[in-house]
Amino acid sequence: MSTVQKKPGDRQVILAAGFPHGSPWIIWSDPASGPQVDIASFQHAVRTAEDGKLDFFMLAEALRQREHKGKLFDLDITGRTHGLTLLNALAAVTEHIGLVATVSSTYNEPYELAKQLSTLDHLSDGRAGWNIVTTSDPASGVNFRRGGFLPHAERYRRAGEFLATARKLWDSWPIETVVGDGPAGRFVDDPEVGGYRQVGAQFDIAGRFCLPASPQRHPVLVQAGDSADGRQFAVDNVDIIFSMHAEPNAGRAFYADVKARARAAGRDPDSIKIMPGTQFVIGDSRPDAEERSRELAYRQITPQNAIARLEQVWGRDLSDHDADGPVPPVRDNRDVPHSGGYAPGGRPPSAQALAWYERAQAEKLTIRELIIAVTLRHTFLGTPGQIADQITDAVRTEAADGYVLAGLTQPTGLDEFVKSVVPELQDRGVFRTEYTGATFRENLGLPPVAGR
Amino acid sequence: MAIPVPLHLAIALDGAGWHPAAWRTAAVPAHAYFGLRYWADLAAEAEAARIDYVSFEDELAVQSPLPTGRDDRVDLFRGRFDAVQLAAGLTARTRHLGFVPVATTTHTEPFHASTAIATLDHVSTGRAGWQVRVSRNPSEARNVGRRTIPEIEPSGVASATKTRLRAELYREAEDFVEVSRRLWDSWEDDAVIRDLPTGRYLDRDRLHHVDFTGATFSVKGPSVVPRPPQGQPPVAVLAHEHNAFVLAARCADIAYVTPTDEHDAARLVEAIRAVEAEVGRREPGLKILADLVVFVGADAADRKARWDELAGAPMTSDAAVFVGSPVELAETVLRWQAGGIDGFRLRPGSHADDLIAVTRGLVPELQARGAFRTDYRSATLRARFGLTRPENRYAAA
Repeated sequence: MSTVQKKPGDRQVILAAGFPHGSPWIIWSDPASGPQVDIASFQHAVRTAEDGKLDFFMLAEALRQREHKGKLFDLDITGRTHGLTLLNALAAVTEHIGLVATVSSTYNEPYELAKQLSTLDHLSDGRAGWNIVTTSDPASGVNFRRGGFLPHAERYRRAGEFLATARKLWDSWPIETVVGDGPAGRFVDDPEVGGYRQVGAQFDIAGRFCLPASPQRHPVLVQAGDSADGRQFAVDNVDIIFSMHAEPNAGRAFYADVKARARAAGRDPDSIKIMPGTQFVIGDSRPDAEERSRELAYRQITPQNAIARLEQVWGRDLSDHDADGPVPPVRDNRDVPHSGGYAPGGRPPSAQALAWYERAQAEKLTIRELIIAVTLRHTFLGTPGQIADQITDAVRTEAADGYVLAGLTQPTGLDEFVKSVVPELQDRGVFRTEYTGATFRENLGLPPVAGR
Repeated sequence: MAIPVPLHLAIALDGAGWHPAAWRTAAVPAHAYFGLRYWADLAAEAEAARIDYVSFEDELAVQSPLPTGRDDRVDLFRGRFDAVQLAAGLTARTRHLGFVPVATTTHTEPFHASTAIATLDHVSTGRAGWQVRVSRNPSEARNVGRRTIPEIEPSGVASATKTRLRAELYREAEDFVEVSRRLWDSWEDDAVIRDLPTGRYLDRDRLHHVDFTGATFSVKGPSVVPRPPQGQPPVAVLAHEHNAFVLAARCADIAYVTPTDEHDAARLVEAIRAVEAEVGRREPGLKILADLVVFVGADAADRKARWDELAGAPMTSDAAVFVGSPVELAETVLRWQAGGIDGFRLRPGSHADDLIAVTRGLVPELQARGAFRTDYRSATLRARFGLTRPENRYAAA
């Protein structure tokens, strides 16, 4: 236990390690960026996060290689794993940290996915998490039997029924029924174990589930939707919102909205945790960190990357423009095929282009400066102590319940944070010094899954 | 001096073992079957004996003696992990052992299955394989809900329909393996270039669309997972019927057969070689492993009799059932091998007794005769089977 006195009002911080593993934020040109799908890289990242007593380790998902202007995109770090398969491999080299896979409800079926998540929860002794995404990108359909399908609203309907079905499966076979009484010949004490039936607009299935309830019963559920539909879905269904509002003022507005929705839905607002994804830059002083942040931003957003990102939003070829020159005007490009795969904020490209263009005009930004300004989130800057203060303040003032941190390199990006910032947070009494819960859910301070 | 023919030994792990009553006398608390340690101990036991690989069964349903799944037995072992996920969980607890889990092709997405197997190969640095399985079970079809498989019981289905359905499911499996192999090849080994002057992480010309169109699915690709360490993890097929022989001969590396004795084993080897010729398979030929249920040890016959009595009926199996001492099993193994079998996938009657009798009885007996390896020498599962790393079909000639 920490010996430092906890100040009243200092709320405990939740921290996670994001492993985006295919992202413009990762500086792959840095010598510290290791092999992308090497098991040793993943083991380093997850062990570092566990050494830092972080709550969880989260993997992103891809269902296709990104394309740009009709060609495979080649500028960002890329090459992934099948998330759940990797997390099962990492479960065996860790003991406490939560393991969260991002998995689409659009291109999976409930029985198979519920079984895989239950397997992870059993094999990790209660540390499974599922970041539920709905796939909006019709181009992913080209890799699946289902093909490109489901309009926006339908995707949430499917996700909702998917989750309800998965819960039915996880609840269908209580662990207490596994008695294993050899002499009496009773492996289970109920011949109906696992029986379930789901008849709905999305799924019509029935039978018996293949696994008894796992230690957490249900994995910890995470969701990232930001639209009104998405927020409501989260309030109705999940434990953690992986939000995009890392900037504290925007964070407070989002936080207030979601917690109000939770109260209105009769849910304890503390039972839904809000965690923006963000990055940080550690320095010897605040000015040193700011200087490093600028340098790092220019390494994250290369000239080629800046042009490509602007092309995605502008919807036309800009390869004859200078990344360090002025931002070209927006035209109505709605008749030009959109390259897809990258739409920050999820807004239609033309509205987004207008907003970006206005900002570039107002702040007199070059293309590269604009892309840095609108895409990067070096939210926390300063010495380890200053960063610890910023995080503590953000959580105290309800900008967030905690953060999903992504390093600037992979797999070493969180090494310095764990070594220098985590002890500062622990000294402030806002972050655990030991894992105390038996499961991921308990470590988050969430109540057990309610009765069937 | 004759070069000894390498013998391959795999062990099929499932539940408490393959006898339905094996769990009843095992000193294993039932909850332990649903934790990592139980399986890690079995894998460690197999690895200590230098076994080629372990396999895991999988269905999209709970185990049941009835194809509909609607039985009311409480005395049978039930509950099974996702096989690929379980294998992944054991990779960090082993260094040499191979893993060949079942993944079903009938109701699943080829993209997910191929990336999961590729990932298993990455996390095990080249020790993954995949047993392709066709599902004809109505209960699995009901659990997934994507297509209907006619119920065989109780009403019965016209045999022509059944025959056609079977052929279709096997053809789909062949497409599934083909598209998986293409996806594994869709990243060339040197696709990541990290070229600073041009800002390119990838050479996009070294990634390839697979552009597969089949009767039940199409996949454009490329994969999202870089090429696995083995290039293409070995693919196995359990072959009881002609459809499966054809599937194996066309697209697998390993075939499991279920001979009744050594003569049948030799006959099956001949039959498979004939199908290989028929479909124009190129070298290397299939590695043919015989599936065999084994009860091993001085007390094997008594144990089996006791379990049969507890289960209410003698154990039945698609594979032959061996009961005898480690020496007798070693002799059986060598006799079948002389008939052309490349190795065995042993299904222990129980893990608690028969797995141990295999690893600590059979294996030392074979080693003493110079018939089985005493140490692991190859880094990958393919290499263990004498298979080279395949050329990438998309790499520029």
